[in-house]
Amino acid sequence: MTAKHRGGTAYIDGMRPQDILMPVAAGLCCKPGGFHIDPVRAVERAVITHGHSDHARPGHGAVLATQETLDMMRLRYGDNFAGTTQAVRYGEEIRLGDVTIKFHPAGHVLGSAQIAVTCKDTCIVASGDYKDATDPTCTPFEVVPCDVFITEATFGLPVFRHGDAADEVKKLLASVALFPERAHLVGAYSLGKAQRVIALLREAGYDAPIYLHGAMEEITHYYESRGIALGELRAVKGVKKADLAGTIALAPPSATSDIWTRRFPDPVTAFASGWMRVRARARQRGIELPLVISDHADWDGLTATIEATGAGEVWVTHGQEDALVHWCKTHGLAARPLDLVGYGDEEESDAVAADGTEA
Amino acid sequence: MNRFAELLDRLAYEPGRNNKLRLITAYFRHTPDPDRGYALAALTGALSFKHAKPGLIRDLIADRTDPVLFGLSYDYVGDLSETVALMWPKAPLPGHNNPPPPTLSEVVTTLRTLGKTELPKQLARWLDELDETGRWALLKLVTGAMRIGISARLAKTAAAALGDKDPHELELIWPGLAPPYLNLFAWLEGRGEKPVNRDPAPFRPVMLAHAIEDSDFANLDPGDFVAEWKWDGIRVQAVSGRDERGHLQARLYSRTGEDITKSFPDLVPSLHLPGAIDGELLVLREGRVQTFNVLQQRLNRKIVSPKLTKDFPIHLRAYDLLSDDENDLRELPFIERRARLEAFVRKLGESRIDLSPTVRFDSWDALTAARADPSSAGAGEDADAVEGVMLKRRDAHYLPGRPKGQWWKWKRDPHIIDAVLMYAQRGHGKRSSFYSDYTFGVWTSGDDGEQLVPVGKAYFGFTDEELLQIDRFVRRNTTEKFGPVRHVVHEPDQGLVLEVAFEGLQRSPRHKSGVAMRFPRISRLRWDKPPREADRLETLERMLKTMTTN
Repeated sequence: MTAKHRGGTAYIDGMRPQDILMPVAAGLCCKPGGFHIDPVRAVERAVITHGHSDHARPGHGAVLATQETLDMMRLRYGDNFAGTTQAVRYGEEIRLGDVTIKFHPAGHVLGSAQIAVTCKDTCIVASGDYKDATDPTCTPFEVVPCDVFITEATFGLPVFRHGDAADEVKKLLASVALFPERAHLVGAYSLGKAQRVIALLREAGYDAPIYLHGAMEEITHYYESRGIALGELRAVKGVKKADLAGTIALAPPSATSDIWTRRFPDPVTAFASGWMRVRARARQRGIELPLVISDHADWDGLTATIEATGAGEVWVTHGQEDALVHWCKTHGLAARPLDLVGYGDEEESDAVAADGTEA
Repeated sequence: MNRFAELLDRLAYEPGRNNKLRLITAYFRHTPDPDRGYALAALTGALSFKHAKPGLIRDLIADRTDPVLFGLSYDYVGDLSETVALMWPKAPLPGHNNPPPPTLSEVVTTLRTLGKTELPKQLARWLDELDETGRWALLKLVTGAMRIGISARLAKTAAAALGDKDPHELELIWPGLAPPYLNLFAWLEGRGEKPVNRDPAPFRPVMLAHAIEDSDFANLDPGDFVAEWKWDGIRVQAVSGRDERGHLQARLYSRTGEDITKSFPDLVPSLHLPGAIDGELLVLREGRVQTFNVLQQRLNRKIVSPKLTKDFPIHLRAYDLLSDDENDLRELPFIERRARLEAFVRKLGESRIDLSPTVRFDSWDALTAARADPSSAGAGEDADAVEGVMLKRRDAHYLPGRPKGQWWKWKRDPHIIDAVLMYAQRGHGKRSSFYSDYTFGVWTSGDDGEQLVPVGKAYFGFTDEELLQIDRFVRRNTTEKFGPVRHVVHEPDQGLVLEVAFEGLQRSPRHKSGVAMRFPRISRLRWDKPPREADRLETLERMLKTMTTN
């Protein structure tokens, strides 16, 4: 499928894209296919892009997703997270009602997928969350030519340019060398970001044990079980304070300003996130070492991807929709914001239990 | 430039003083001349070039970006330099011969000579060549808005650490140095002679006092000490000296060595003899010392108007002499310096400069009585501006820093009230997991009956153990959360009473209570006291009245 309708609205058979996919309260609904994509409420049949908890929720009748996403849901919600499940491979085509769907790598986290929905001659790609930057822990993002491209806009402002993540890791290692008596505590989302940071540290030649907050042990070991080498990992719990000097530890972002941090010797608080590009955001959180490492496409990535898909129409979801819609329009593309509620930072769902809980 | 930018970037986030020092020293160690010298100049505020106006930066970005996208971005980021640094488009540079990003030296030396009309083009070229952080630092530098919480003193201390030198030693030679400080770094790295200070009126590192505790007196002999009033003003060093051409140069320094001469032009003519006086800056009206509140009107002024100097006449109360003409007196015992000072002040014959009188006493009891009632012990009408007594050993040399046992300060008891903890906020750095900033209030009658009104904020004064206790209390008694701020229960029978000590009170329209405290700190936790028994706003208003009318 190519971009034959660029800029136009003359769809064959009068089938409009919004008849194929439309936003409803439960999420993005495909009526002719009888399913929802990443529904925020329990539905009969759900097609899920990736394992983050704002996209993958429990309680659906049937779930279609990649094996990794299904495994992650099982880890988080237990065996009965859905009535039935079906694992889908990248590139596999599946017929649902009047449409066919096909999964393509999204490069966001392990198992993340874009979902191409084709009905007659119209192809819509729901890209979920994605990034076009290299990531040693997941299959690289793939451009999928389509008529309508549904894009996230988490970092949809031209101030968000993420640079090379390897440089950020160099910054972290320079700080560890300069402050060998302190611990470096890196806030990172438990699913995806943490494992990527570890893999980047290993790529940079750091081979000392890396310490983990209890909340991210299980998912990290799952990554290892999928063949992603992360080197020696240890639990923070039970380690003496003095022994944590000079080490790097990873924790969910909310834990880095928690009582939990008191077990570290004079910790340097780092945070690996695309938000760290903006100083006020970093300062607000009391971060001493912001690391601009993002699992979402930055501004240049979003705009380059939109152009590469050849789509004539762009729907923009969660994030800074205004700027990206404006950009599309100034580049001759039809664009509109999709008002989908319930997606955003993983962080809220990533929060550890309330104050004082050991994790 | 990118390396310097990285340093600034890291410093901007680092709250700890020692860690800042380590970062700066590491930068000096790994950065070659002359870049590190210009960095030192930038950090100490010693660079001089015409700053670019924000309008120019706006024009540059307007030429290159969509105005709607710029508007949305600026709204989001909130800082012009940062917005421009982040969204500056990647330059469409031809082929392989991209110029390397500019060095800090290149930027500084170019800016010094660049004409106004050439600035926009040059700036754009640099912005093309630098990365995000580099652009941010460049824009902060050229707009003169480098607020990163580094004092000149801190930067110099970091440089001194490079050669394991005492920062005082560097401070002594500093006035004779100029960017990029090649001779300084040569000396610090053991490759060159110590630079000589040719400044005619250099700053000398000041001697500081220890706070005396009740238990100290038992080991001290009153006969060994001279006492003076401790004035509630600003510690300064007034230095005069002759330059190569024999002209007298006079300078006024703060206790950290910052040159504050420009703020007090009315004092300069009185410094007409070569020498270095250590003393207190005060405002005197009709011979009477005014309170610190009055003196405050003269501080941090960019423009000193004739009206200001007339309404707030400045005065120097001298208590030590560090040099008399060319002679360094710092190795002499205090009583000999005092005799030289008395002669020096007499010779000056200036009404704006007088001697800080000594306080007679023959026993610690007598001094206790004098401290409790300065007005009948010689301070007379100036008693309000006395915040305690100073004790100086008769044989003390003038030593930089805070040498043990030489000088003591014995402050008057601070003012104390009992207030109720209302809100708590997380601290920074080491304290980021603790609720360590406290807003406290006192009772007043409002529309809804008795209510607490906030009167101040304190974040020190407690021990580590007490911090743990308060932190626990805050977490268990939170009623609401707003971002980093927690509302803590504050009912008549539920809540925590804090004993707050402070140095003074001022009227303040900015505070809901109408009063502002000076130097408030937590002096005790009153777990024993129910909040209903905490103090009332009327108590503070009464205190304020006595402070301003006495």
